[in-house]
Amino acid sequence: MSTLRDAIIQAFGEHARFDGGQRPASVSACVVPRDRFGEAAKVMKKAYALLAAEWASDETALGRGYGVFACYRWGSEYLIVKTEVPSGDPWYPSLCRSFVPAFRFERQIMSLMGITAAGNPDVRPWIKFEDWPANAWPLRKSFDAAQRMPRVAGEYMWVRAEGEGVYEIPVGPVHAGIIEPGHFRFQALGEDVINLEERLGYVHKGIEKKFESLDWQDGAKLAGRVSGDTTVAHSLAYCMAMESMTGCRVPERAHWLRALFLERERIANHLGDIGAICNDAAFAFMLYQLSRLKEMLLRTNRRLFGHRFMMDRIVPGGVTVDIDPAGKREILAEMDMLAADFEKLVTIYDENPSLEDRVRDTGILKPARARELCVVGIVARASGLNLDCRIFNPFPPYDRHDWMELDVPVLISGDVHARAWVRVQEVRESIRILRKILEEMPDSGIRVPAGQPAPDSSGFSAVEGWRGEIIYWLQSGPAGEINRCMVRDPSSVNWLGLELAVLGNIVPDFPLCNKSFNQSYSGHDL
Amino acid sequence: MIRILRQIFRTGIVTEQLPPVLEEEIRLVGERLEETVRKKFGRSLTIRQVDAGSCNGCELEIHAMNNPIYNCERFGVHFTASPRFADMLLVTGPVAWNMEVALRRTYDATPSPKLVVAVGDCGCNGGIFGVSYASLGGIDRIIPVDVLVPGCPPSPTDLLNGILRAVS
Repeated sequence: MSTLRDAIIQAFGEHARFDGGQRPASVSACVVPRDRFGEAAKVMKKAYALLAAEWASDETALGRGYGVFACYRWGSEYLIVKTEVPSGDPWYPSLCRSFVPAFRFERQIMSLMGITAAGNPDVRPWIKFEDWPANAWPLRKSFDAAQRMPRVAGEYMWVRAEGEGVYEIPVGPVHAGIIEPGHFRFQALGEDVINLEERLGYVHKGIEKKFESLDWQDGAKLAGRVSGDTTVAHSLAYCMAMESMTGCRVPERAHWLRALFLERERIANHLGDIGAICNDAAFAFMLYQLSRLKEMLLRTNRRLFGHRFMMDRIVPGGVTVDIDPAGKREILAEMDMLAADFEKLVTIYDENPSLEDRVRDTGILKPARARELCVVGIVARASGLNLDCRIFNPFPPYDRHDWMELDVPVLISGDVHARAWVRVQEVRESIRILRKILEEMPDSGIRVPAGQPAPDSSGFSAVEGWRGEIIYWLQSGPAGEINRCMVRDPSSVNWLGLELAVLGNIVPDFPLCNKSFNQSYSGHDL
Repeated sequence: MIRILRQIFRTGIVTEQLPPVLEEEIRLVGERLEETVRKKFGRSLTIRQVDAGSCNGCELEIHAMNNPIYNCERFGVHFTASPRFADMLLVTGPVAWNMEVALRRTYDATPSPKLVVAVGDCGCNGGIFGVSYASLGGIDRIIPVDVLVPGCPPSPTDLLNGILRAVS
């Protein structure tokens, strides 16, 4: 499938340089002149592509300046369009007129790399706070990662509303429950939300910069700690991106075990989320029932795989732990117990009128807006977008479409119920395919040496974590070391969806909306 | 309603005995509180959880402490929304540069006597994130810490034991 590639070639001819250094071969990558970077976005938009990620890399060690990249997606095709920017003249044309997610991506590029997006009206920092020195650009090679920055005076310009009876509610960073920190600023009239503005970045730990000082093996450990609840999918995405660079052929059985871990992570998180959504509508019964089931899963993970969340089980070249026939029987019995109880609880969820009153028609993200925001994962599927990397960018056994017959749920109401129901359907599907994976897992080794990436090459991966599509883009430096690791957690595009979804709702429904999205703060802030 | 009641009775009580953990796994590092205060906290302990930069893994296990199996509330341990009501701060994460101010304010807003538990490898010493421009390292670099509960993440058993050890 090469719709996007063909569209670029038709519009740019020889001015789009395809040099073939990007792995895997299924991902196309071209370089276009800086002044036509915005035009490329328009061409992509006409071809119905969505913007998946936009980032920059300091390539001075490779004898170039800075590279600014935009990754577009249509169906199963990914196309990366790069433009090269001289380090002495750091600007590039903004893509925000074509794609809404570009606003935040570009603010992040400006804040962390100091490259200006010409034409982007939002010049406020993102991730970087106003009390950082203005010329602190952590992702530049010239920035010493170990330095202690001073705190400077600064002000963040919030969106404000005025009028009789309008008041402002600031929430966070420390939130009421056991949850990550972030700031939400509401403009409210009575109980109705007129506007919600998010401000994130509180848990920025310098992860992308940290990758650049690690070796390739340790990179997998760091990837597994970008977002603790998605440790399997993140470490998998990192490993796949790295393996695409070295051409490592992971053994068949290792692929299937990776799928096993991925689905177990999906089920565990969905169980917790459905319970939490109900709890935020004061239906604590569901939370306690589902957390009991989740605990059962986590204990099985610990017994069979050595860690409740299967952290560090996926490594470059394969996996560190196998499953024997006794373990297989244990998981199959566990799935039987889980499926039986889960169905009873779903019936209770479905037949509860006061719960329905809370979750239906609350927090609606309309399909057209969802598409505009280029959201992914659960949020996308609850708002009419048919996106799932397991279908469109599969690895074994997901690539056996006819045998697996993965049924991806897509709803169009875009409300809290839709996001809960997508999770319900996905738990059912994951239980079903887990059984299939266990029945037919091939025999082979589980790990091979991953190899070392060659200098100045790039890898890419897209994995369907439980929240949605996780993208990793890796670039090696002149000595084959990690020059750049770009992490695009699904939260980076999905957070904006929450701002739209709460409009027209009452402030007390905000926790319910937020729980239904349940985006990652740590995965977003990096 | 009948379905709900039936499910409740079928499930029964799933709370388990809390197994002890080894001495080395939890470290008491601060000065011990007066015995009268510890006795009071031991009967009813109010905790304010603060995420000072964690990856969210520790939060999952803190949530698990509240599930029916670990059931921290049977020990009188419960979580609150405001530091003003708190006896103890349960802090996770290497302190992210952008969270330092909020962490200090939350600590200052908590009335004395108070305890601080540092959760996880990150909370104890910065973990894999270490010390950098964006990560300040262990929580004890910013506020005084009384108990260290290492792990990545520490299990609900480790956490509960750590909390109870601080007030026993």
